[in-house]
This record gives sequence, structure tokens and C-alpha cells, in this order.
Amino acid sequence: MNLKLSFFALLLCTLIEPSLGWTKEAVPVAENPEIEKRMIALSEDLRCLVCQNESLAGSRSDFAKDIRREIREQLMANKSNKEITDFLVARYGDFVLYRPPLRANTMLLWFGPFIFLLIGAGVLIIYLRKRRKQLNEISLSEKQLEKAEEILKKSNNGENT
Amino acid sequence: MIRFLLPLVAFIVLVSFLLVGLNLNPRKIPSPLIGKPAPTFQLQQLHDSEKTLTSKDNLGKVWLLNVWASWCASCREEHPLLVQLAKSGVVPIYGLNYKDKRDLALQWLDQFGDPYTLSIVDSDGRVGIDYGVYGVPETYVIDKNGVIQYKQIGPVTVDVLEETILPLVRDLQG
Repeated sequence: MNLKLSFFALLLCTLIEPSLGWTKEAVPVAENPEIEKRMIALSEDLRCLVCQNESLAGSRSDFAKDIRREIREQLMANKSNKEITDFLVARYGDFVLYRPPLRANTMLLWFGPFIFLLIGAGVLIIYLRKRRKQLNEISLSEKQLEKAEEILKKSNNGENT
Repeated sequence: MIRFLLPLVAFIVLVSFLLVGLNLNPRKIPSPLIGKPAPTFQLQQLHDSEKTLTSKDNLGKVWLLNVWASWCASCREEHPLLVQLAKSGVVPIYGLNYKDKRDLALQWLDQFGDPYTLSIVDSDGRVGIDYGVYGVPETYVIDKNGVIQYKQIGPVTVDVLEETILPLVRDLQG
């Protein structure tokens, strides 16, 4: 039992540890914890352009380090979060944002899933209506009902004996 | 009939989307800087740290800004082409030595040839950030008014040079 428990603890550690570790790894020595916190929060929503599936907060590439330095310095200069993201968008385009802005060319991106949802709902409703109609159409004649009852009775009797 | 046709059509549409997606290059991110004035800079020259170059010094001519570094492997790939282009004298190439060490950079130019009218030093990558550099090498075509007209991400190839950069340069030179 104990062995099993410790095995699970170990497994749990290996599963959780990397996800906890990544934010810590990327943080250089912080001089100002408040600024550092804001920098991480901000850069978690920004894409690292070199390693495109990582955020700027999580990446260890030189590029991400430089941008983090830039963000840190701008925060120290009392720039707002919006000013900093605008600064980066002006240089790297909307692509740095993990949350794309709502624009004419991102409409499909934002509303596409809802369109699919509507299509799906429509198909489901049509299907259900069709099915109900089909079920209603199946009606039994008197003779058939009698026969059914007979069969039921027979099987009931069979059970009792 | 429609029962079989509809899924087939949906499948074909899906596959064609995926095919297009496969052929897109995720590294090619359109730069928002195209059509905008090139960010200003004042940087030390590589060969003579006493002297500087500012972005204004090149107003009035069409020029290429090539971002390079001695640590960058793909820079080596495009380098012979740049040397050749420099020899032809069609357009001046300025080098932005990006996050490099001066002695290594100079050694690199000695070894592979120096196509640059001038190289300037961006040792901490700040000017690189202003130019939206994220993958060295990158090459910018800047017109007479100091406006960025084109950005090549990654090495310049013969195709890109002959089909895009050179026609554009000739056009801009008027």
C-alpha cells in the first residue's frame, strides 16, 4: 500500500512539476517583484514570435528575454499595459497577441464557432422533427394491438411457471 | 444521394483548407512596418566605433538594411548572394550587426567577405525590437523618403532577389 502511494505521489510530482516550473524558469532575477509580476501577467498573453506556441512569459528564447526586458523597462517608466501592447503590436503586428482584436478580418475567427453551433442546432432540430413525425406515423391497427397483448400475456405466463 | 454527397463535399472542403494551411509558412508574419517610416536609430559603426550612422544619413537613396550576426547560420547561406549584389552596385546594403560581439563580427566579415557599405552595431538588440526583428537574417528595402517598402524574413534567395527585391529597388530608384 505504502509503495503504491509513494508511486502515485511520484507520478503526481512529474505531472505537476513542469507546469509549475515553467513560469519560474523564465523569470530572471527580479529587482522589483511588483513590476515582475505585472510583466509576467502581461507577457502571458503575448506570443513569442520565434517559438510560436509559447508565450513571451514562458519562452526561454533570446527574443523573449529581450522583449521581457523591454516590457520591464517600460513598466518601470510607468507605461500602462495598453501602451506596452500597442508598442509591440506596432512592431510585430497583431500576431503577438494571443487574443486577436475584433476587426473585419477576424470576424470569422470570433463568430465562426457560433455559426457552426447554429448550424448544428438547426440540423438537430430538423432531425428531431423528422423523427417525431416518423414515430407518429407508426400506428397499430386493432388486430395488431390484440396480437401484441397476446404475446405479452404469453411471455408473462411463461415467466410465472 | 444527398446523404452521401453532403459529407463528401464537406470532406473535400475540409481537406482543401488543410492543404492551403500546410503550404502557408507560419514564419512569414506580415510586418506592420511596411509602408511606415523606418524607425530612427543612431548606432556605432562596426569598423570604427568612434563613428555613428543615423537613419537620416540615408535619406534620398534607396538602400537595403540587412540584419545579420556571426552566430546566425542562415546568414551564411545568403551571404554569397549579398556579396554578389554588392559587387553589382545596384543598391547599397547596410548591415545591422544584431546582438553580436565586435571581434567575432569582424572576423566573420574577413572570412566570408564584406558586402556592406557600412555595418552598424546593435549589441543589445534594441534597434532590432524597433524594426520588429525576430528571426535573423532579415532584410528591409527602404526608399528615398526613409519608408520601409519590403521586409524579407529569413535568408534572401535568388528567387526573392530577382523576382521581388530587385524589381522593387529599380522601381523605387525611378
